[in-house]
Amino acid sequence: MAIDITETPGTDFPGETPIHQPAMRRGSEWLRPHMGWAVVGAVVGYLLGHWFGNIIYGQNTVPQNTGQNNVAIVLGLAFGVAGWLAGIGALTYPLAKLVGREPPPPVPETGWMRYFRYTEDHKVVGMQYLIGVLTFLFTGGLLAMAIRTQLLSPTTHVFGPDTYIAIVGEHGTIMMMMATSAVVGPLGNWLTPLMIGSRRMAFPRLESFSFWIFSAGYLVILSALAFGGFPTGWTGYAPLQTQASGGMDSYLVGFAVIGIGMIAAGFNLACTIINYRAPGMTWSRVPIFVWAVLATCALLTLATPSLLAAGYFGILDRTAQTAFFVTEHGGSSFLWQNLFWFFGHPEVYIMALPGFGLVMEMLPVFTRKPLFAYRVAAAGMIGVALLSFFVWQHHLFQSGINPDMRPLFMLTTELISIPTGFLFLVTLGTLWKAKIRFDAPMLFILGMMFNFLIGGITGVFLSDVPVDVTVHGSFFVMAHFHYTIMGGLIFALFGGLYFYLPKMTGKTMNRKLSIWHFWTFFIFFNLTFFPLFLVGLLGQPRRVFEYAPNLQTLNDISSVSAFLLGASFLIFIVNFVWSQWINPTKSPDNPWNSLGLEWQTPTPVPWYNFERIPVVNSDPYHYGEPGALPVADLGREPLVTAGVVSKEEAVQPGELESPDDTDDFDPRPPIL
Amino acid sequence: MSVAAEGGAVSEGSGAPQGTDEPPRKEASHGWRLFAIWLVLSAIVDPLYYIFAGPHIPPGRMSSTAGGAVFDFNILIVLAIPVMIGVWVYMAYAIIQWRASKGGPEPEGGPLAANNFKIQTSWITITTVLVLFLAGFGTYELVQPEGAGGGQGPNPIWTPTSNTVLPIQVIGQQWKFTYRYPTFGGFETTQLVVPQGVSIAFHVTSLDVIHDFWAYQLGVKADANPNQDNVAFTTPYQLGSFVVRCDELCGIWHGAMYNNGAVVTKDQFEVWAQTTEKALAANTKLLPPFAYTYTPDANGADGGYYPDNVDPYSKVETYGATQPGSG
Ligand code: HEM
Ligand SMILES: [Cu+2]
Ligand SMILES: [Cu+2]
Repeated sequence: MAIDITETPGTDFPGETPIHQPAMRRGSEWLRPHMGWAVVGAVVGYLLGHWFGNIIYGQNTVPQNTGQNNVAIVLGLAFGVAGWLAGIGALTYPLAKLVGREPPPPVPETGWMRYFRYTEDHKVVGMQYLIGVLTFLFTGGLLAMAIRTQLLSPTTHVFGPDTYIAIVGEHGTIMMMMATSAVVGPLGNWLTPLMIGSRRMAFPRLESFSFWIFSAGYLVILSALAFGGFPTGWTGYAPLQTQASGGMDSYLVGFAVIGIGMIAAGFNLACTIINYRAPGMTWSRVPIFVWAVLATCALLTLATPSLLAAGYFGILDRTAQTAFFVTEHGGSSFLWQNLFWFFGHPEVYIMALPGFGLVMEMLPVFTRKPLFAYRVAAAGMIGVALLSFFVWQHHLFQSGINPDMRPLFMLTTELISIPTGFLFLVTLGTLWKAKIRFDAPMLFILGMMFNFLIGGITGVFLSDVPVDVTVHGSFFVMAHFHYTIMGGLIFALFGGLYFYLPKMTGKTMNRKLSIWHFWTFFIFFNLTFFPLFLVGLLGQPRRVFEYAPNLQTLNDISSVSAFLLGASFLIFIVNFVWSQWINPTKSPDNPWNSLGLEWQTPTPVPWYNFERIPVVNSDPYHYGEPGALPVADLGREPLVTAGVVSKEEAVQPGELESPDDTDDFDPRPPIL
Repeated sequence: MSVAAEGGAVSEGSGAPQGTDEPPRKEASHGWRLFAIWLVLSAIVDPLYYIFAGPHIPPGRMSSTAGGAVFDFNILIVLAIPVMIGVWVYMAYAIIQWRASKGGPEPEGGPLAANNFKIQTSWITITTVLVLFLAGFGTYELVQPEGAGGGQGPNPIWTPTSNTVLPIQVIGQQWKFTYRYPTFGGFETTQLVVPQGVSIAFHVTSLDVIHDFWAYQLGVKADANPNQDNVAFTTPYQLGSFVVRCDELCGIWHGAMYNNGAVVTKDQFEVWAQTTEKALAANTKLLPPFAYTYTPDANGADGGYYPDNVDPYSKVETYGATQPGSG
C-alpha cells in the first residue's frame, strides 16, 4: 500500500512555490554565488576588518611586541568569515527576509558546480562535508608527520621550539575541529533523512550554513600559521593564551566559528530526527545510527555554547583588556579550564558516539543477525550524553581546583564507562553465532572494537586519581585519546565510507585496496600509538621537543610507524581517486544486502530521496527472520527482505523501475 | 514488533519453529568453551603480570606516593587483563568459528537473538559492580594521608600523619622552576634537594602562566597557577636523583623546562640547606619576603602583562618598561 504524499502530513516538497519559475535564473552560472566568490568575500572582508581594526585601535600591539595589532586581526578574521558566508550566498535569504523582501528563489542545479554552492540538498552537503573533513584530516596528518619527525631524536632538532609548538597546536586543533564533524558531518547529514524516511532536512539552509562556516573555520585556523602560530596546544590554557601573539586570535575565532557550525548542525539534525520521521518510524524502529546522531546533537547544542563563551572572553581579554582570566585583576586562570572542559568533555563524546552508532549500524549487515540489545544501545548513548556533563573536572585532577571533589568526579567518570561499555555488549552479542562476512567495512568494525577497548580501559586508568598523578599530561593521555578518537571514530569513519560510498557516489571502492588500507592502517596505528602509552608511563610529558635519551627507541618505533600510517592514508586516497574517477565500477543499488531503509533507494539516490514517503514496518535489523515484514512499504518491492541472504539475489543496477517511468511521478528538478 | 523483554523473551523464543533441542546444546558448548579459554588465559596472564611486570612498573617506589600509584596501577591492570582477554578471545573465537566462509547454518534472527534479557542484565550488573568497586578503591587510595601526591589546592584535607613536615615552595616561571625553603630563611635556588624519610609539602605556585610540577620518581604532580598555592605531599623513601619536568604546556621552551632533584639523608640535607642558606644570604635579602603566592613580574621572561603599578588604561608603550615594586 503506497500512500499519496500530498495527503500525508509533514511530507510536503521542499520549496513548493519557486519550482515553476526557472525563468528566475539570473545571469550566468558563474555570477551566482559559489566558492570562488566566497574566497573573494573572505579576502575583502579580512582586509576591511583589518583596516577598521587599525583605525579604531591603532596603538594596540599584542604583548609580545610582534608589531601585530590583534584588534585588527580579530576584526579581520571576523569580517573575513562574514565575507566568506556572503560570497557563498548564505546571507542572501536571511537578509532579504530581514528587509521584508521575497528572497530570490533557489535555482535548480544538478551539475558538479552544485558542490561549490550553498545548496539545500542534504546529500550535496554530506559530500561537501566529506571533502571538508578529509581536507582537515590530511592537513592535520601532515602536521603529525612533522611532530613525529622532530621526536625521532631526543636532542637533535629539526624545528626550532617556536615552530615546533606552533605545529603541535595547529595539529591538535585542526584534528579536534575535524573530529567534531568527522562522522556527523558527512554521514550524519547524508544519511539521516534517508534513514528516517524523509525527503529533506528540517532546516536545509541551516545545514548548508553549518558546512560553509565549518569550512571557514578551516581557513581561520590555518591562518594562525601566518601569524606565527599559537603556543597553547588545542586546549588554549588562559594566562598563556593572554600573552600569546596573533596566532592565538585565529585559534579563538576559529573555535568560535567551528562552534557556531556545530550548534547549527546539532539543531538541524535534532529537529529533523524528531519531526521528519516517516509514518511508522517510531522511536523503537529508528536506526541505531540515528539514535547516536540524536545523542550527539544534544551534546552539540548544549555543550558548545560554553566554548563560545570561553572564546569570547578570551578575545575580550586579548583585545579590550578585560580580565576574565587574569588573576591580578580579579579573573581566574581556572575559569578558562572550567569553561573549556565543560565543553571539552562532552566534546569527546561528540567524537565517540557517532562512531559507536556507525559501527552498530553496520554490524548486523555483516553478521546477518539482528542488532543485539537495541534498546540498551539507545539508552546507553543517551546516558553517555547526560553523564558527560558531569565529569569535566577529571581533566583538572592535579590542578588544585576543588580537590575535595575529586572522589565525585572519579565516580562519575567511572560511571560513564558503564554506558560506554554497552558498545561491547551490543557488538559482541551481535557477533554471537553470526555468519560474518569480512568485507572492508567489517574489518574496520572489528578494528574499531579492538582499539576502542584499549582506549576505554586506559580511560578508567586515567580516572583513578593516584594513577592519574603519574600519567596526567603525559603521552599516556595522548595515547588514550588517540585510541578512542583515531582508533574509534576514524576507524568507524573509514568503515562507514567503504560501506556507504557505493550508495553516495554510485561507485564501488576497490576491494583489494580497501583491505590493504585496513591492514596497514590497523597495524601501523597500533604500532604508532601503543608505544606511546609506555613512553608516557616512563615520564615523557606531552608537547615537548626534548625527551630522555632512554626513550628514543620507543619514540622511534612510534615515529617510523607514523610515517607508514601516513602512507596508509595514501592507499585510501589512491583507492578513492581510482574507484571514483579513473576506473569507476557501477555499484548495485544494495551491494551489501542491507535491510536499512537508506539502501532501499535507487543509486544514485534521487534528490527527493523517496518517490513516496515510505511507511515503516519495523526496525531494519530483522536479519535471519524469514517471515519478517520488509522494513518499509515503499510503494514497490523492497530491494532486500529479511529472509534474503545471498548476494546473487540482490537487485542489480537498472533492475529498479525508474521513478520517471511511473505516470504519477512529478519529474520536477531538484530544489536548491 | 514489540520487544517482549522482561525475561519473557527467553521463553518466547521457543515460539520459533527452529527452537528444537539442537541449538541450545551447541550454544551451551560455545559458551562453556569461551568461558574455559577465558578462565585459563586470565589465570595464567594475571599472575605472570603481577609477579614479573608488577614490581617494575614506573615510576617505581622512590616515595610513599609513587609506591601508591604503582599499587593502584597494578590493581587496575590485574582487573583490566581479564576484561581485555574476555573481549579479545570472544572476538577471535567469533572470527574463527562464525565466519561465513566456513559455511554453516544461517544465523537465527528473532527476538531471542536480538534481546537476551539474562545476558543484558548480567552484563550491566557485572560492569556496574566492577566500576563501583573501582571508584571505591580509587577513593580509598586517594584519601590516604598525603592524598596520593596530587595537587590539593591551598587547604589540603588529606595531610601527612607526621607533624614534622618540611615545606618547600616550587615557583614555576617561564621557563624554569625555582625552589624556596621557608624554614631555612627563605632562600631561593634552582636546586631541589629533599631529605629521606621526612614528609614534604610542596607549595606549588607560578609567576606567569600555568605550569605543572611533576617530580616523576616521587609520584608528585601539581599545577602551578599564578596567585594560587597548590599543595602536594610525599615522603621520599629511597636515596638518589629524580627528574622534575614541567607537565603543562607553558610556551615555547616548555620542552626544556626540567631539572634533576636529589633525595639525600636527613643529615646531608641539613648540611646542604644550612650551607646554601649562608651562601645565598645576600641574594635572599633582595627577594620579596616568603609568601604563598607572588604577583607576576612585569619584566618576566615574556614581558608580562598588567604590571601592577601601571594603570592598565595608560599608554601601551609603558607595558613591560619599568620594574614595578614587588607586590
Ligand atoms: C571509558 C570511557 C572514558 C574514560 C573513563 C575516560 C577518562 C579520561 C580521563 C580521566 C581523562 C583525563 C586524563 C588527564 O588529562 O589526566 C581523559 C582524557 C581525554 N579523553 Fe578520555 N575517557 C574515556 C573515553 C574517551 C573517549 C570516548 C574519548 C573521545 C572519543 C576520549 C577522549 C579524551 C581526550 C581527548 C582526552 C584528553 C584531552 C587533553 O588533555 O588534551 N576519552 N579521559
Ligand atoms: Cu574528559
Ligand atoms: Cu612550564
